Amino acid sequence: MNHHLVVRVVSKLLIPFILLFGLYVQFHGDFGPGGGFQAGVIFAAALILYALVFGLDNARKVAPDSAVRVGMATGVLLFGFTGVASLLGGGNYLDYSALSQNPLGGQHLGILLVELGVGITVCSVMIAIFFSFAGRNHRLDKLEE
Amino acid sequence: MTITVVMVVRLHNLFAVVMLGGIYSLLAATMFVLFDAVDVAFTEAAVGAGVSTVLLLGALALTSREEKDTGKLAVIPLIIVITVGIALIYGTLDMPLYGDPNAPIHVHVAPYYLERGMVETSVPNIVTAVLASYRGFDTLGEVCVVFTAGIGVLMLLSRERLTRRYRGVGGDKR
Repeated sequence: MNHHLVVRVVSKLLIPFILLFGLYVQFHGDFGPGGGFQAGVIFAAALILYALVFGLDNARKVAPDSAVRVGMATGVLLFGFTGVASLLGGGNYLDYSALSQNPLGGQHLGILLVELGVGITVCSVMIAIFFSFAGRNHRLDKLEE
Repeated sequence: MTITVVMVVRLHNLFAVVMLGGIYSLLAATMFVLFDAVDVAFTEAAVGAGVSTVLLLGALALTSREEKDTGKLAVIPLIIVITVGIALIYGTLDMPLYGDPNAPIHVHVAPYYLERGMVETSVPNIVTAVLASYRGFDTLGEVCVVFTAGIGVLMLLSRERLTRRYRGVGGDKR
């Protein structure tokens, strides 16, 4: 896609906003529509757009395979350890009220952490699936042209 | 939406089919917005219309663009599809009307969530409160499903690189 100037410029302009919107959906999910799952997909979509326009090799420099794999596990572990932390705080597993002195504050913290875990896992899995599909050969770039 | 589905079935150009699939997802997303299910619409637009279309295009790049024409009318699958379709439509006949306040789904736990959700979690978006707090175990399971799916794809598709590395290690030993 090297000679599509319009596409390159427009996606260069759009990608930061898509990433910002992904973060907004992630951390504003308790107040508006959205949450970890949607945010992860939006975040991954920005990186996939980058990979489509600027090539897979450049995208792999942004999100190395090893980082993506670590991210997949990190999200699940963050979710699980939030539950363990509430166990240690004296509550049931995943009972966020035990996370802090103030039960409501604990709920907020717990939901934030859990949604972050969901977001990280979903985002990493989407990127990993895309990379492994597109990495089979580089004909994807040709198809798009 | 019906037109899109009919076109998906009729067309043989797989590229157009993938694109129509994306359009179908977008239409479904607008339908969810009409039903006030904004969170679901969000997911449908991002996953169905966005990422899965790109993934299908990626898969398409690995095979041919045209569907093989078998030329035969598949009778038994057609009968199964029609029977199941009739059974499903028959099943919807005694479902409560859309928006009926006395429907079973609205009198079970939903009033509790609506009344106590804000007091117990102080999260204004009830969907997030239910997903992350009341149904935390469900969501943990879902994340594990996504994680497992990712691992599965990685195991299947990045196999040759792994075997090459394995062989390299074996060669060193010898």
